[in-house]
Amino acid sequence: MRLALRAASLRGPGLSGWTDSIPVLRDPSLWSDGPVQPPPLTTLPPNERRRAGPISRLALSVAEEACAQTSLNPTAMASVFASANGDGGVIDSILRAIITPSMDVSPTQFHNSVHNAAAGYWTISHGSISPATAIGCFDWTFGTGLLKAAAETVTENHPVLFVAYDMPIPGPIGTVRVTPVPFACAFVLDPDVNAPAMAQLTLTYDTSAPDMTDLPDDPSLRTLALGNPAARSLPLLRLLALHQAGTISAGCLNGALRIEVTPC
Amino acid sequence: MIPLVVTAGTALSAIGAGLAETRASLLARRSGLTPCDFAGATSGYTGRVPGVEQHRLPEGLSFFDCRNNRLADMTLRQDGFTEAVAEARAFYGPSRIAVVTGTSTSGILSSEEAYARRNITTGTMPPDYNEEYTQDLFSLPRYISAALGLTGPLLTVSNACASSSHAFIDAWHWIASGVCDAAIVGGSDSLCGMTLRGFSALSLVSPGPTRPCDAERDGISVGEGAGFILLERAGTRTVSPMARIMGLGAASDGYHMSSPDPAGRGAIAAMRQALDRASLRPEDIGYINLHGTGSIVNDAMEDTAVFAVFGDRTPCSSTKGWTGHTLGASGIIEVIIAIQTLETGVIPGCLGVTAIDPTFRSQVVITNEKTHPRAILSNAFGFGGTNCSLVIGAA
Repeated sequence: MRLALRAASLRGPGLSGWTDSIPVLRDPSLWSDGPVQPPPLTTLPPNERRRAGPISRLALSVAEEACAQTSLNPTAMASVFASANGDGGVIDSILRAIITPSMDVSPTQFHNSVHNAAAGYWTISHGSISPATAIGCFDWTFGTGLLKAAAETVTENHPVLFVAYDMPIPGPIGTVRVTPVPFACAFVLDPDVNAPAMAQLTLTYDTSAPDMTDLPDDPSLRTLALGNPAARSLPLLRLLALHQAGTISAGCLNGALRIEVTPC
Repeated sequence: MIPLVVTAGTALSAIGAGLAETRASLLARRSGLTPCDFAGATSGYTGRVPGVEQHRLPEGLSFFDCRNNRLADMTLRQDGFTEAVAEARAFYGPSRIAVVTGTSTSGILSSEEAYARRNITTGTMPPDYNEEYTQDLFSLPRYISAALGLTGPLLTVSNACASSSHAFIDAWHWIASGVCDAAIVGGSDSLCGMTLRGFSALSLVSPGPTRPCDAERDGISVGEGAGFILLERAGTRTVSPMARIMGLGAASDGYHMSSPDPAGRGAIAAMRQALDRASLRPEDIGYINLHGTGSIVNDAMEDTAVFAVFGDRTPCSSTKGWTGHTLGASGIIEVIIAIQTLETGVIPGCLGVTAIDPTFRSQVVITNEKTHPRAILSNAFGFGGTNCSLVIGAA
């Protein structure tokens, strides 16, 4: 599959948006830890802004930033929202309520518990009727999500916003499913390889390849990449920031997606 | 779009294990709903599948054990489905068949049980609890691929109650772009405290059996179940298809997280896209299997949307009075019901309706009618404002 990658963004510890992160991605020795604080979601109506959980705010922050780099109208854009854990905070809180006989499940928490909550808030924030898919593929969420988003882009011949995001899970489940850091990234894919773009991608899915994802060489970025399924995107983000050609493997289950990056 | 066929399929729900039982219940207008008594919840009715508690996963795969994967495993063993997949596997090779499945809550019941047993002092889960292979959303396709001996790409789509309908679209993307040659498509959702208590908290559970489209409908009955089909390009193998997937449509509401857009903008867009892709006109559709949850706002929105696209001439009904609302599995279970309807020619009119909502303008059917539809539209909508429509054609 060949397509144009029109825009990218990211948010994680010490990586606050695409522009601010470029120097760090180019020279990882500049990385320093820092809080992950998505900006307020001014595009959401006030009621929805109050209800949207931190994970939706994180996902929408990178989605907005990536779309803003293109001339494409976000209202008309199809999207794929990929997260392994979903909203772990909400799940933990509902599980506590369920085992406490006198406690009611919060209606807002229940509707935020659906895996497509971030996708829902995204479409609400733009009054969009474009399709939005929510997927979850454990530690293979980035590779499989990109495979799904790219297949949609070329099959339907329309641009796709691909967002991958995850956060640490609080409570007892978080002691078992450990996600040390919050991280989100977003990419705008376009089937028109002549569209104005950061890079052209050639994607080849190989079912017989090991289901491993390439990791950054730098120890700090490597720790981040291992600390969140969405941060498995860091080697791709680094190539884009360096404006450098290269090939990366993103693990799926089964197999892997080979991503050949040609900067524009 | 590329021509796609269903070459094998089966479903499990409160109305039956497999095609023959499902068909018999539809023809006899026999509901599977019973008073709820599950995970401490006792309000309303549920469509509960018998025998899940006794079912055991095959040896070697017991680490996947949870109610959701048991439903999936019970389903895979029906109607010669596993054998049909084995034939396709021999033809295409195990790595060329994807597993694309929908679920909304996966094996979360296991986490509910583990939370009750957690160590309060340390805040840790019991040592026998396994998140990765139960609650995690990816557990379902991983189990299915292991049980069926497939090594192609796996995907879980979790678009709330439209999950397993949406799986058809995601599988189409992978088949059309050459990622795979065929796909196991479907889904599984199982009863759990989270959905029973959550829908109660939203005052969406009917005290009696759900009555979609009734003037006095008062909510949903939660159900559980699973269903799977084998989807592949038409004409590749010499097997006789069960049905054709002629059109697929997806759209969002962009309106509210848990209330549908009363104007049905997203539902209308999904239905029109599915018709366009099928190259069919509204009058070519002989029956619409509604999402029809029995909630006041869903059914009213859907009537508005169906009337906008089809007018008052296309018979439509909801089968949730039989199965309950099986959430993420409802899409695949209703595709299997649509295939049964194509084969029997009998439209299953809504169950339990005394008087159709007088404000409805579409042609809601409340008795079984023999009309021999040749193409059926199936709707699924969900929280987050997600809408999906499929057109299923006779083989």
